Amino acid sequence: MSLAVKSKIVVFVLAIVVWLALTGLGLQEIIAGVLVAAIVSLTAGHFLITTHKQKHMLHRWLYAVLYFFKFLWEMMKANLHVAYIVAHPMLPIKPGIVKIKTKLTKDAAITVLTNSITLTPGTLTVDVNEEKKEIYIHWIDVKATGIDECSKEIGARFESTLTEVFE
Amino acid sequence: MIRETIGMVFIFIGIAFDFFGVLGLVRLPDVYNRLQAATKCVTFGSAGILFGTFIIQGFNSFGFKALIGITFIFLTSPVAAHAISRAAHRARIPLAKETIVDEYEKDKELKEQTT
Amino acid sequence: MRMLRWSIGLVLIAAFGYFNFFIYDGPIYFKLINVILVSALFVLFRVIFGPSPADRIVAVDILGILIVGMLAILGLHYDQGFLMDIGLIWALLSFIASLAFAKILEGRSLDD
Repeated sequence: MSLAVKSKIVVFVLAIVVWLALTGLGLQEIIAGVLVAAIVSLTAGHFLITTHKQKHMLHRWLYAVLYFFKFLWEMMKANLHVAYIVAHPMLPIKPGIVKIKTKLTKDAAITVLTNSITLTPGTLTVDVNEEKKEIYIHWIDVKATGIDECSKEIGARFESTLTEVFE
Repeated sequence: MIRETIGMVFIFIGIAFDFFGVLGLVRLPDVYNRLQAATKCVTFGSAGILFGTFIIQGFNSFGFKALIGITFIFLTSPVAAHAISRAAHRARIPLAKETIVDEYEKDKELKEQTT
Repeated sequence: MRMLRWSIGLVLIAAFGYFNFFIYDGPIYFKLINVILVSALFVLFRVIFGPSPADRIVAVDILGILIVGMLAILGLHYDQGFLMDIGLIWALLSFIASLAFAKILEGRSLDD
C-alpha cells in the first residue's frame, strides 16, 4: 500500500469521526458525511502523512504528551506575567528584537517551536531564516542580547523535548 | 451541579484573562507589545471559556464543537500574530522609544531577499 | 501624570464591576457577557484611534477571538448548540481576514 493511499484512508476515517461527533447518529447524517468525506479525502487527502512509519512510536507519543503539559504550564506563567505587566501603574517593559539559533531541522518541528514561543512568556516570533536556522524574536523584557544567551534563555526550554518528539 | 461549578470557575478565569489582554491592547506603547499581550491573554481566555463550556455541556455535540474551537484557536492565533508582526516590521512601522535592541533591522538583506 | 491616569482608570473599572455584579439584576451569563462587551469597546477604541494601520489590524484580529467566547456563553444561556457553529465560522473568517490584511500591509498582492 502506497503512502498516498494510506494518508487518504486516514483522512477519510478522521473526517467521518469528527462529523459524527458534531452532528449525532442518523441516516441522513451518515450519507451526507460519507459523501463529503470521500470528496475531501480524494482531493486533499495526500497532505497529512508524508513520511514512512518510523520506530519508537510509543516513545514519541509519550514525549508529545509530556510536551503538552509543559506547554500548558509555561502558558499559565505567561498569562500571569502579562497580567502583572498590564496592571502595573508604571508599565515595567524593556522591549527589543533578538535572534536565537535552533538545532531542529524539520519544518513541522520549527513550526511547533515558533508557535510555542509566541504563546509563552514575553516572546513573539517575528521571522524565521530557514537557511541559517535562526529565529527573530520580539522580547518584552530583554535580559540578554547575545545570540547564545538568548538561545539558552528562550529556546532551550522546549527544544530538548521537541528533539525527542520529531527527530 | 459540581460539574457546573467547575465549568463556571473556568469561565470566570477565562473572562478575567480576556479583560487583562484587552487592557494591554489599550495601554502598551507600540504594535509589537500590544500584539504580545493581546494574543497571549485573549487566546488563553477564550480557550478557558470554551473549556468551561465543554465541562458544563459534557460529551454532546455542543461540547465537541467547543473542543474543536479550542484546537482551532490554539492553531490559528499564533500564525496570525506572526504574519501581522512580520508585515508591520517590513512596512517600516516604528518600534517604541523604550526599545533597546533590534537585530532584525541589522539583517536587512534577509528582508529584501524573501519579499 | 501616568499615575493619575492609572488611578482614574482603576476607579472607572471598579465602578463598572460594582454596577455589573452587584447592582444589575440579571442572569449570571448576561453579567459575564457585559464584561466581554466592555472589552470589545476597548478594542473598538484601538480600531478607531490606532496611530498606525497595523494597530487596527491587530484589534480586528483580537475582536474575532473575543466574539467566539461571547457566542459560547450566549449558547450556554439559551442552551442552543448552533451558536457555537457561528463562533467556529467567525473564527475561521477572522483568521483569513487577518492573513489577507497582513499581506496587503506588507505590500504584496493577494495571489502571490
